[in-house]
Amino acid sequence: MSAFSVRVQAEDFDIATEISALSGAGEVGAVVSFAGYCRADKSETGAAGPLTALVLEHYPGMAEAEMERLMDEARSRWPLLGARIVHRHGRIVPGEQIVLVVTASAHREAAFAAASFLMDWLKTNAPFWKKEERAGGGDWVAAKDSDTEAAQRWTSG
Amino acid sequence: MKVLYFAWLRERVGHGEENVSPPAEVRTLADLAGWLATLSPGHAHAFENPNVVRAALDHRHAKPDASISGVREVAFFPPMTGG
Repeated sequence: MSAFSVRVQAEDFDIATEISALSGAGEVGAVVSFAGYCRADKSETGAAGPLTALVLEHYPGMAEAEMERLMDEARSRWPLLGARIVHRHGRIVPGEQIVLVVTASAHREAAFAAASFLMDWLKTNAPFWKKEERAGGGDWVAAKDSDTEAAQRWTSG
Repeated sequence: MKVLYFAWLRERVGHGEENVSPPAEVRTLADLAGWLATLSPGHAHAFENPNVVRAALDHRHAKPDASISGVREVAFFPPMTGG
């Protein structure tokens, strides 16, 4: 299997397994991982009642294609030895994992920077949409200006 | 041409996928959105604010002025909220 891969899946993932898959090669000196979770206190749509779940919709085909393009962009910017993106879809309850980015490089700077870049761009470019599920109904999560700004800082001259 | 809708655009239109044959004067993504909005009250609701609608042509993000000539699949969706 290539040291670079993207996956979209309904099932949960095991962080340790994903990290060890990238750290096996002898040249790797640094592995950075970021995991995003469904938060219990989320109240971004202002709907009444506690959050019971997030339902993630995605665009099959384009989601994978866009994640591959983000991966290619990261590889063109940093000397990566491996990287993985795993993004779940479907119903995810508070405390569960949603997304994982793992990057491997000879030194930590590239691994940190590439992981941060991939997460920022994933949020604004990968075709996924979150809907909150609450006892009193639910609504779509609105895109955040702060996420757009976080992604744009990678393009400023 | 196949048109896909996601998230609240899908809910407003009432379905996630349809095949359409727009007239020849519909050349860009913006033209197509304007034409689709005339198909039903649900479509009109979905496209009522073009500023919050994003689009992709054959699995690639595209701007409103992009040509739809030769495109097989067009998708309309809100700003993305994954990650």
